[in-house]
Amino acid sequence: MKTLLFYFTLLVSQLSYAAETEPTDYTFIAGHPSLQQWLLPTPIPTPKDNPLTAEKVSLGKMLFFDPRLSGDNNMSCATCHNPMLGWSDNLTVARGYKSKALTRATPLIINLAYNNLQMWDGRIKTLEEQALAPMEAELEMHADLSQKIALLSGIDGYVTAFDNAFPDQGVNTKTMAMAIASFERTLISNNSRFDTWVKGDKSALTADEISGFKLFVDPVKGNCAVCHSPPNFTDDGFHNIGLASFGHDNPDLGRYNQRRLNLMKGAFKTPTLRDIALSAPFFHDGSAQTLSDVVEHYSEGGKVKTNLSPNFTANTLTPEEIASIVSFLNALTSPHKPFTLPTLPQ
Amino acid sequence: MRLITLPILMLSMFSVSTFAEEHVVSQKNKSFSENKISINVGDTVHFLNKDPFFHNIFSLSDEQYFDLGSYPKDESRSVVFDTPGEIEVECAIHSKMFLLIEVKKSEDN
Repeated sequence: MKTLLFYFTLLVSQLSYAAETEPTDYTFIAGHPSLQQWLLPTPIPTPKDNPLTAEKVSLGKMLFFDPRLSGDNNMSCATCHNPMLGWSDNLTVARGYKSKALTRATPLIINLAYNNLQMWDGRIKTLEEQALAPMEAELEMHADLSQKIALLSGIDGYVTAFDNAFPDQGVNTKTMAMAIASFERTLISNNSRFDTWVKGDKSALTADEISGFKLFVDPVKGNCAVCHSPPNFTDDGFHNIGLASFGHDNPDLGRYNQRRLNLMKGAFKTPTLRDIALSAPFFHDGSAQTLSDVVEHYSEGGKVKTNLSPNFTANTLTPEEIASIVSFLNALTSPHKPFTLPTLPQ
Repeated sequence: MRLITLPILMLSMFSVSTFAEEHVVSQKNKSFSENKISINVGDTVHFLNKDPFFHNIFSLSDEQYFDLGSYPKDESRSVVFDTPGEIEVECAIHSKMFLLIEVKKSEDN
């Protein structure tokens, strides 16, 4: 009897789906309730064991911009994550220690606080774990962390800053990571013209940009929102999107190195699209120079289709539709805010 | 697909042991319907996709490895759990999805 009841429940459950509201059922009117899911939640997500304080953020900013925290004392986090270049570097792939080319593009670091996993392949969970990884990486900043802790411990200004941020905890790798993570959590984009439109200002977007948004969420058109989903334009997911580089010899397998499942071969994390227009080139291999190139890639159904994400459906778009989606993507940039660089203690 | 799925399910009503239990865990809004379930060895869990996009449910747990592949809305994949232990279940695509299945020996009840 229990078995019969189970199957009845399963059947009813299956038959009832058609009546459910899909997330794509939007009303495209500024301020409409159906759009509110696109607003980023506040306050900024922060771990309980590392609450945000002004002192940590201030210290984290100093550490983020300090080139002395690299093997050759000439490369800071900001060398690749440059605020003047959309917190990225405008390079196809990043340049690391001795300017050697790395294998992936520098990701923008906007709205990291909302990420479930860090890095293109999601190999690191928290910002605290992530903060020191590029610093230690042989091919990136190439730093000996014990030497760097000794360096910071010998600079009065840093000792005072650590004391203010972490009373009685000292200068160590843990407090250094917590400070950098705290600073990174403050790099937020949540005030674009799109956000203003969602909040109710109907003049914030042009008719073309609204058309672009409609195409963006339409599963039989752009189908972008299936992965670039609300509120941060990402599903915290991993997808092979058919880039040409996956067809090269020994391609970068991406997420497969973390989760050995066939679907993950050549799959990379869905990036946020907030402020995306500021951080060309695009894709994890930097192979798209413009946002038009990006949308055209999807419209064509990708180039190497041997392991495409099942959520990638190729819907051919007209040039006008591609232009509208690009207009919409350009409306996701928050207004420029003056940024004050820190003075680094010596 | 639903046309195929329904008759199979109806036929299978009469072929399943009455001892082992059946459980449904659905995937909706990129979440499992439960964070943790407790079942017995021999029970079956049906992973039912209720989202309008694909999921790929898997477990790399030592006790029971499985990769159900990707499947769309309204389809389900089933796993018979035959080893006691704690099985961690994830979606390959959506990293926030996590389910813990506690598989108990019959005498544990």
